[in-house]
Amino acid sequence: MCRLALKTANEPFSPFDVLQAMEAMQEGYDGSGLGLLLRGMEFADFKYETKNPILSGIAHTEKALHRLNTFMQDKGFDLKYDHEFDIDAASIEAKDRHKYFLRVYKLPASWSSFNEEQVESELMMTRLALRRDGESNDNDLTVFSFWPDVAMIKEVGWPLGVGEALGLDAGRIKSRICMAQGRQNTNWGINLYACHPFFIQGIGTMTNGENTAFIPIRDWLTGTHFPGYIGYQSDSEVFAHILHYVIKQLKLPLEAYKHVITPLKTEELIEHPQGEFLRGLRDVCRRLIIDGPNCVMASLPDETSMLVMDAKKLRPATIGGKPGEWAMASEMCGVDAMIPDRDRSLDFMPMREHTIIVPPDRQEFQIWSQFDQFPLPQAA
Amino acid sequence: MVSIRSVPSTPSSLTPNDLPWIIKHNENRCTLCGRCTSVCPVGAIKLNYMRKRMPRIVLSSSERGSSYKTFVGIRQRTDPAHRCIGCGTCSMVCPNEAIAPAPNANDDRFRFHTNQKGEPAKRGGRRNVPGASLLDRMIFNRISMLTDPALDAGRHEFQLNTLLGRVLPPEEYLRRKMSGEWIPPTREIFPFIIGSMSFGALSPNMWLGLLQGVAYCNEVLGIPVVMATGEGGCPPWVLKSPFLKYIILQIASGYFGWDEIIRAIPDMQCEPAAIEIKYGQGAKPGDGGLLMWFKVSKLIARLRGVPEGVDLPSPPDHQTLYSIEESVMKMIQSMSMAWDFKVPVYPKISGSTSAKAVLNNLVRNPYASGLLIDGVDGGTGAAYNVSMDAMGHPIASNVRECYLDLCAQGKQNEIPLFAAGGVGKNGNITQNGLALIMLGASGVHIGKYIMQAAAGCLGSERNRCNVCNIGLCPKGITSQNPKLYRRLDPDQVAERVAETFMSIRTEMKKILAPLGRSQSLPIGMSDAMGIEDKDVADKLKIQYVC
Repeated sequence: MCRLALKTANEPFSPFDVLQAMEAMQEGYDGSGLGLLLRGMEFADFKYETKNPILSGIAHTEKALHRLNTFMQDKGFDLKYDHEFDIDAASIEAKDRHKYFLRVYKLPASWSSFNEEQVESELMMTRLALRRDGESNDNDLTVFSFWPDVAMIKEVGWPLGVGEALGLDAGRIKSRICMAQGRQNTNWGINLYACHPFFIQGIGTMTNGENTAFIPIRDWLTGTHFPGYIGYQSDSEVFAHILHYVIKQLKLPLEAYKHVITPLKTEELIEHPQGEFLRGLRDVCRRLIIDGPNCVMASLPDETSMLVMDAKKLRPATIGGKPGEWAMASEMCGVDAMIPDRDRSLDFMPMREHTIIVPPDRQEFQIWSQFDQFPLPQAA
Repeated sequence: MVSIRSVPSTPSSLTPNDLPWIIKHNENRCTLCGRCTSVCPVGAIKLNYMRKRMPRIVLSSSERGSSYKTFVGIRQRTDPAHRCIGCGTCSMVCPNEAIAPAPNANDDRFRFHTNQKGEPAKRGGRRNVPGASLLDRMIFNRISMLTDPALDAGRHEFQLNTLLGRVLPPEEYLRRKMSGEWIPPTREIFPFIIGSMSFGALSPNMWLGLLQGVAYCNEVLGIPVVMATGEGGCPPWVLKSPFLKYIILQIASGYFGWDEIIRAIPDMQCEPAAIEIKYGQGAKPGDGGLLMWFKVSKLIARLRGVPEGVDLPSPPDHQTLYSIEESVMKMIQSMSMAWDFKVPVYPKISGSTSAKAVLNNLVRNPYASGLLIDGVDGGTGAAYNVSMDAMGHPIASNVRECYLDLCAQGKQNEIPLFAAGGVGKNGNITQNGLALIMLGASGVHIGKYIMQAAAGCLGSERNRCNVCNIGLCPKGITSQNPKLYRRLDPDQVAERVAETFMSIRTEMKKILAPLGRSQSLPIGMSDAMGIEDKDVADKLKIQYVC
């Protein structure tokens, strides 16, 4: 079973803090892997400018690394920083890891005329092109993300062991948000692309549980023919894509996500102040209704964090912390490990109707209920 | 050459052993009460005075050697018109278990003589292919073993309903909502729908029982069951009642009953659940509806606006229209307009290799609310035997191909597909229905099953009974003769309807809980299914299991 931990703080911290929470929750997973998403980056040996995208992934061979360099050069990307991990290769289970890369690039000069949407689209297309390149070369190149201020690391093994082997305990990398998930997706055979967190255009989600409605959701997302809606090595990848669809394509507020994945029942919607609109939304997004036990944690480009659960709350989670610093975890001991010096009486375990939102200022978290008025002018 | 008349052997002379059903009569138990002969719907048995010779050895030449005795006995008639149909009504009324029909284990010769007077065999029922159907062979094998806790069919809440009606793409919904434009109507209904059986095909008591049962399911049990009328309208009191919302009104090529419907529109208290436009049906593709004269009673004649006692064959096509494209466009639009665009309107077609073309046409029609495909195993009240047995397309691959076609276009949430034809043929109603839903149907229509379960229809795929066409239904389900239909108590039918849907609801949960599904109907969840047949698995794009 997967365990989830997310920490968000105004002061950048080491991902190793979160790995210690994973260790605290170790009873809940099989040590088959670790996935990390870091946001709000700070490098000890480089002054990072947040507008520059960071490419995260693994080159499994020298040849792949060479192809990557050529590709990025040809596209006009200027390499500003190449983070060198202090690797203890012997401690890493997999033997085909030629180089982990976390590289900061400067956008090509030719993109200067692009608007924000075009840049976002081009960044995604670049990531997808690199992914395809790896897939067509015997999977010798794995690319997790290519986005400003976001870094991702995924590896097979025991989370704390992986963190140590990659030298994450040295504090050379810090971030304001860290999402960690402690299990490779062994459901489908080990594949790094099947490992949480999942990422698309700045949006990252991770989940524990099982999405039993995966196939119909995948079929629908694939049918939209949006280039980023691919992969699906894991049934949980659709959570990231649904969030992306709700926010970026439908341009609905974050609160709509819960109404899409776990809509209220008809009899509840009849009583709801915007029941008619929400019922229509439920019907049109019917193929995106998730099923099975799931707890979803997400973070967005503006450093908002979110926590929701399935409609029956079959996977609980806890949020706790203090102004400026909050932690969410699938186990309370995970929250304890991340922020021990908090007022525990203020911890909150959301119910099935809740969406927990930690806004970028991190002063307090919001508990938004599906039964509340929906924050959308047109729905009124 | 002159034939020998003294030997009763004409080309169509048959013996009981040549018939599909043989009457087994135990003379020792028979009390000669005559109930069986009076109740037999086709007069296959007769209570006769017969004579037998009593041989006696007589030595004297002045006396006759034998005398004759008269006795009363029951005999099976063997002419094709009066062959036993196997319904078993005789044994139902027999006070002494002295009589019952038995299927003929040999191949009958009757089948070569069902075309007397040049008229091919006509009957009710469905394709006479007994045995497990393809749907019966599908199993649900994606048991949710990965996560704990699994769902509890008895304690958890399940969302089992489906949507009937056009659903917009999400972007378009938001745009229209912002600008206050028309949003197509949808209905949240139970995915097992009582399929089109007309008021005319069914007896008034059967129809009333179904409607009572449907109302009970909706208003007491909270199961939003809807039923379709079939061609031939609806009694005016129903049209003006609050129960109309549970009814899908059908319009077909004969337009029977639509005078009454149109006239009732101003007095309607609510809108009908939907309008179904019948272009074809699975049991007799390419044929129009057929209500034979036996069943055109005074009431039916009034509802349909025709004289009593005449055959009512609907034409195979909607004659005012030139092509399905035009038909779909004009009729759907007119019907939508009649109810202010507040009622879903969808066509029903026969299962066919051309179903995808019709579907793609509907995808481009903003008013089309769905598509019902009726497969080769669909039933009917009256059709030529050859149409029933040999014409049509099996539903499973037809609906699957249509669904995958919608998926490729990203439209699978927009036009709901409904499947019909042989669902629950062997009693496995929920399993069959959910298999079709996981192949991509949004719901299924059930006709024959509901007649069998709710009213005790005796028909089978071994040509048992199947005389719905001539109004002699021994259970009173498909007869317009009060002597027959008064055998059926509407209250008891209603009770059985409610029991049937309660049981389907429970079985749905027992299937969905282990699959880990409770939040929405698993439409297109093809990963949940497997079949022990590689070719079928490949064709339907589901798993082959062995």
